[in-house]
Amino acid sequence: MSAAAETPLPAPGPGRTRRSARAWSRRHPVASMVVVRIALGLLTIFAVSIVIFLATQALPGNAAYAVLGHSATPQRLAALEAQLHLNRPLTSQYGSWIGGVLQGNFGTSLANGESVSSLIGPRLENSAVLVIGAGIVGTLLAGILGLIAAARRDKLFDHIASVIALTVTALPEFVVAIALVIVFSVNLFHILPAVSVIPPGTSPLSDLNALILPIATLALVIAPYIFRMVRGAMIEALESDYVEMAELKGIPRWRVLLVHALPNSLPPVIQVVGLNLLYLAGGIVVVEYVFNYPGIGAALVDAVSDRDIPTIQFIVLILAAFYVFVNITTDVIALLASPRRRATR
Amino acid sequence: MSTGPEIGAITALPRVGRMSSRPEWLVILGRAARSRRGTIGLTIAGFVVLVAIVGPFVAPHSPTAPVTETFATPSGSAPLGGDVLGRDVLSRVLAGGWELLAIAAAATALGVSAGVALGIAAAYYGRFTDALIMRLVDVFLAFPQLVFALLLVSVLGPKIWLIIIAVGISHAPQVARVIRSVALDVCERDFVKAVELMDTPARRVMSGEILPNLMSVVMVEVGLRFTYSILIIAGLSFLGFGIQPPAANWGLMINENRIGLVVNPWAVIAPAGLIAILTIGLNTFTDAIARASLGVDRPAEEVVMATGIILDRSA
Repeated sequence: MSAAAETPLPAPGPGRTRRSARAWSRRHPVASMVVVRIALGLLTIFAVSIVIFLATQALPGNAAYAVLGHSATPQRLAALEAQLHLNRPLTSQYGSWIGGVLQGNFGTSLANGESVSSLIGPRLENSAVLVIGAGIVGTLLAGILGLIAAARRDKLFDHIASVIALTVTALPEFVVAIALVIVFSVNLFHILPAVSVIPPGTSPLSDLNALILPIATLALVIAPYIFRMVRGAMIEALESDYVEMAELKGIPRWRVLLVHALPNSLPPVIQVVGLNLLYLAGGIVVVEYVFNYPGIGAALVDAVSDRDIPTIQFIVLILAAFYVFVNITTDVIALLASPRRRATR
Repeated sequence: MSTGPEIGAITALPRVGRMSSRPEWLVILGRAARSRRGTIGLTIAGFVVLVAIVGPFVAPHSPTAPVTETFATPSGSAPLGGDVLGRDVLSRVLAGGWELLAIAAAATALGVSAGVALGIAAAYYGRFTDALIMRLVDVFLAFPQLVFALLLVSVLGPKIWLIIIAVGISHAPQVARVIRSVALDVCERDFVKAVELMDTPARRVMSGEILPNLMSVVMVEVGLRFTYSILIIAGLSFLGFGIQPPAANWGLMINENRIGLVVNPWAVIAPAGLIAILTIGLNTFTDAIARASLGVDRPAEEVVMATGIILDRSA
């Protein structure tokens, strides 16, 4: 980071620890960057928790009244306010919430009185399967098509793939999902379930049929971005001097593509794959709802309908933490994958 | 621009190369609209916008009154059949678009102006202001946009003003990041330094000198954010947190009619198709603006790659 670029100044007096920290970060630029990013990430999550808290418990308009709606009697209001700690000052409300979170106690669902963690825990695995599955399928699909399109730049395949990518990019995921349901489960063919039934306690992997449409939807939604980036990065690499050199040496075309051009186009592609994993964190909300898939996205929709504030707080916090985690990870991987970038930092 | 006669020579500097007196963004918009891609996109999106605006006046039936049986198949009086409550699908499709467009336009205006202001301020003031704004941006970026809207809607309920604010706020950090990265270069240019030497107030420098040089990027952002606004707002309606029933709304229609997909698929296909056509058209036109503003007829990401900015999807 910046410390590595500065010229070493003899720090006077009490700067000894600071000086050794700087010396350390100069010697380990990647490690120090990772440490800084993790610290900033934790700070971000902390700030995120404040935003979540303010949006759910401190907005004008009483949260307890919002939960009870027309059935609010003074007694029930008072009872719920006590349960949500709404009768205490804001800082103390926040303190007791975040204190519980840090100890793994995420509160009690207002919808059915169970603890939020027992309600959401099993659903986390289901959602993780969706996100990872869609990430892998989408990246592979887009990567292979992007490679071919770049290798056949301005040929028919490239034009068709690019137009399709531009078209699919714009579609909302519920439209993609409904289109798949129309084609594969209800109107044209009847080969895949329109609703993903996963009985509680079973792994989502035990019935792969239930996974195909949700994963296909999410993969289709993220693939165009990755495709465009792979294609762009590969074209840039293919126009470079080292690729021309390799071709002039008579190295086979496939080898030039895969061994010479591909590794150099990886860093921006990794960033875009990361961005799309982040996009999936929002995408699962709609897709799980469409397919009635028992993950945290569908749980968020239910919780918002029920105004189940503790559950909403927990799920949004998880999604935000996922964002921070993926961001740090992709940055570090992209950094490690690119010698040039590492040198300039 | 108010260019007083005595300083005209200096403030005119950045605009030397320009032949016409039309502002740059209009030139780019015109060039985009005339390109093949732009014409196609504009025509497609324009068709849907026309349907949404003219629709309520030409609908044959009331969008909320039952006129057929539940999920009736298409007939003479109801060309697209009936919906879940026996209402005329065609009338509901015609009536259900303008609110989506109006809310999306308002959210886009709010989000892009806030993002542009934050991005320019961060780039121009630098140092502490920059750090503060960008850390704030990082915090808000951690929320998926739809999730952020759901978070705000959860306590206050689905109100139109709240949806506009929620979607607008969720756009702002994305826009701010893009604008800042471009504005950093502009702030270093000589004409900005020259105007600063004349004791021009900071606000005038930012709005009068820096902003006009960012207009092509701002235009691309407007197109992009308008498309995303439609995706998010239609998505919110689909989930039941947008415009409330019985009012007609394309997102809501898809959800309430999908149980009758076997009987009358048109009740789902019509609204879903219109949303799809609209967003495809807008996205194609935005792509044309991006190409026109870069001055090359190549996919924007190829040029973007070379400049090191990463295209970002963020809905």
